[in-house]
Amino acid sequence: MAVQTAETAPPAAANPVLGPAFKDALIVGLIALGLFGPLIGFETVIIDGALGLAYRPSLLAIMVGIIFFGRLLLNLTLWSPNRKPSTHTGPTLFDRAGTVMGPGVKPALLAFAVLFPAIAIFSLGGLNESRYLIDLGILILTYVMLGWGLNIVVGLAGLLDLGYVAFYAVGAYTYALLATSAPINDFFAGLFGATFWANWAFWICLPMAGIFAGVWGMILGFPVLRLRGDYLAIVTLAFGEIIRLVLINWVDFTNGGAGIASIPRATFFGIPFNAGPDGFAALFGLPFSPMHRIIFLYFVILALALLTAFVTVRLRRLPVGRAWEALREDEIACRSLGINTTTTKLSAFATGAMFGGFAGCFFAVRAGFVSPESFTFDVSAMILAIVVLGGMGSQIGVAVAAAVMMGGMEMLRNLGFLKQVFGNDFDPSLYRMLIFGFAMVAIMVWKPRGLVSTRDPTIFLKERKAVSGDLVKEGHG
Amino acid sequence: MATSPANGLPRWDADPILIVEHLFMRFGGLIAVNDLSFKVGRGDITALIGPNGAGKTTVFNCITGFYKPSEGRLILAHGRAPTPGEIAEVTRIGERSLVGRNAGVFLLERMPDYRVSGEAKVARTFQNIRLFTGMTVLENLMVAQHNALMAASGYSLKGLFGLPGWTKAQKAATAKAEYWLDKVGLTDRADDPAGDLPYGAQRRLEIARAMCSEPILLCLDEPAAGLNPRESLELNTLLRAIRAEHGTSILLIEHDMSVVMEISDHVVVLDYGTKISDGTPQAVKNDPRVIAAYLGVDEDAVEEVEAELQLDTNPTGAGA
Ligand SMILES: Nc1ncnc2c1ncn2[C@@H]1O[C@H](COP(=O)(O)OP(=O)(O)OP(=O)(O)O)[C@@H](O)[C@H]1O
Ligand SMILES: [Mg+2]
Repeated sequence: MAVQTAETAPPAAANPVLGPAFKDALIVGLIALGLFGPLIGFETVIIDGALGLAYRPSLLAIMVGIIFFGRLLLNLTLWSPNRKPSTHTGPTLFDRAGTVMGPGVKPALLAFAVLFPAIAIFSLGGLNESRYLIDLGILILTYVMLGWGLNIVVGLAGLLDLGYVAFYAVGAYTYALLATSAPINDFFAGLFGATFWANWAFWICLPMAGIFAGVWGMILGFPVLRLRGDYLAIVTLAFGEIIRLVLINWVDFTNGGAGIASIPRATFFGIPFNAGPDGFAALFGLPFSPMHRIIFLYFVILALALLTAFVTVRLRRLPVGRAWEALREDEIACRSLGINTTTTKLSAFATGAMFGGFAGCFFAVRAGFVSPESFTFDVSAMILAIVVLGGMGSQIGVAVAAAVMMGGMEMLRNLGFLKQVFGNDFDPSLYRMLIFGFAMVAIMVWKPRGLVSTRDPTIFLKERKAVSGDLVKEGHG
Repeated sequence: MATSPANGLPRWDADPILIVEHLFMRFGGLIAVNDLSFKVGRGDITALIGPNGAGKTTVFNCITGFYKPSEGRLILAHGRAPTPGEIAEVTRIGERSLVGRNAGVFLLERMPDYRVSGEAKVARTFQNIRLFTGMTVLENLMVAQHNALMAASGYSLKGLFGLPGWTKAQKAATAKAEYWLDKVGLTDRADDPAGDLPYGAQRRLEIARAMCSEPILLCLDEPAAGLNPRESLELNTLLRAIRAEHGTSILLIEHDMSVVMEISDHVVVLDYGTKISDGTPQAVKNDPRVIAAYLGVDEDAVEEVEAELQLDTNPTGAGA
């Protein structure tokens, strides 16, 4: 009823806004009070070894107050019946910015990524001072790569995969197990010298980790891909958890929850980054610094990420890539055109898994330590969030989303100012995920199809026209 | 047109491209197709008609492998009419097909949907259009050439490195797509998303897409539905051109009688899953059972009319 009167009434001045808005905010505030009362108002404390209750009325008041005034503010502004609904569809600011800057964006971002270590070193005035920023850069690029890998499965083929972290884990453990294996080390020691395996393990295992993860993608994909939609999502989620549980419980093989430590570090194509006479610094006549390895790792992950992007862009223009997208659009039509949907889905799953495996191998060599703790569902959720936020199927959108999300998560670690609002015993880092969640919801309301919602056609006759996101389907399975 | 002068047999008996034998399709207790047998002549335009819910789309789904028939045999013949010996042989050995140099026999009920299209070369369109709406018109036509392009791209390996063999194949595929765009009058819209096209254009694009997979039998599920009279006329021209220039046999479901009578060589009428008439458009048009089925007259009345007209219930005696 309320909606109807709002629609039929002349828009200006006729609606009393303040009264209903206040009433609505009051009701919502009361609901919040009811909900938060038990949740926030009480706190369990241990008094002399016994469990007791403490009360937090001020925190409760602050929370309910935020809800009440927030709702009131929204009622008076965004949700006000007098406000003309904005009927803005089609390309958004971000899309238009993309088309205007179009050809310039990608080279500019690439140049920035390549020059990033130099910029970090010069702006922070030294190798060691830049460590934090370059580490962050490595983290972001790892997630860019993972996002691009998952994008093949979710964005192009439209298969909702909630267990992508499984392939990341397979890649990491492939490297960790092979590189620390004594028999392999002895074998190569007999052939090429004692330090051969430690120096070359990463470069030999990197392709193997990718291939292994790809094979695992096929093995997992085969029984799973006849499922669609929600079922597929749940089963992939389960597979992600199963792999992690196997890693925890198969102690003889994986060393269980304790993880695998002292994994050989990355080398400059066989030259170790150490202070010795055969080390990188000595050979290149530089003063030794542990930062050389970090900067090198940055360029390794940059190269891996670019490889992922390059292969994806190429594949999209090949029949297999078009079949992936056609599968996302309409599976039945695909079958009526002679496309074997099972092998097409498997190829998408395996290709995505392969890049996850590369990234996992890189993760293991960077950290020098792997344990099942690093491969929880959180990671899958994060990668999926990056893909969805970036705009499914868009390379540049995913890269920007990864930078925003990972960079944003880091920034949220420094929420010291909240202490001034809530008092000194308030731990702001606990609220990181909450704020993060709010940001996600806000972005999904504002841009439901992700940052880049248009689709770039893979072939054209006369003119390349972007396809509006409204027409592009998300896929059903 | 429909009869081969040599032996006086109608073409669908003399040189069938598709033979449907005792097809049953049951959904639980519902029998959607009940002991249906008919033949589709090579190079003919055959219409499958019948009231709503008669089971026409179900027959299409059985032919194109989307449904597995409850019973029955669906024989598709490449090159020439199969001999009874060949049909018996392929049925006995339990294979999907028996392919020789110039001829092949395919048992469609044994094939999954993508093989019916990819190997047996039966393409179809859908009653409710199924385009890849988020892809451009040209991309839709490229996807239709998937199997040929996949082989040409060395299963993506040659394509990944942009080897010349692949580039050439891609050019040829684009040229074929352009040819069909020109045929259906969509050249100007080649780079627009398929979902942006008006309804009639979407229907034509779906036919062009099916033709890009180089079928020998094209199955169209209500191609004229929702078209205005002018578009409907254009469709007739297009279908005739497809038959004349590419030798593709066409099987179509249609409600619009003017279209059916105008372009088809052979009409099969279905009612409640059973065939009630089969023959030339003229013969079917005058069949009292067809008239009854379409006008909703009850069975007694039909018998009366039949008695009056002293007609056989199955004027041509074809099929079975
Ligand atoms: N998958 C299915 N499951 C159960 N029943 C089905 C299924 N498909 C079709 N039917 C039933 O089979 C009967 C025939 O349906 P069909 O779609 O083949 O009719 P049709 O001749 O194509 O009709 P129309 O002219 O309306 O398209 C209908 O009663 C329908 O409800
Ligand atoms: Mg139908």
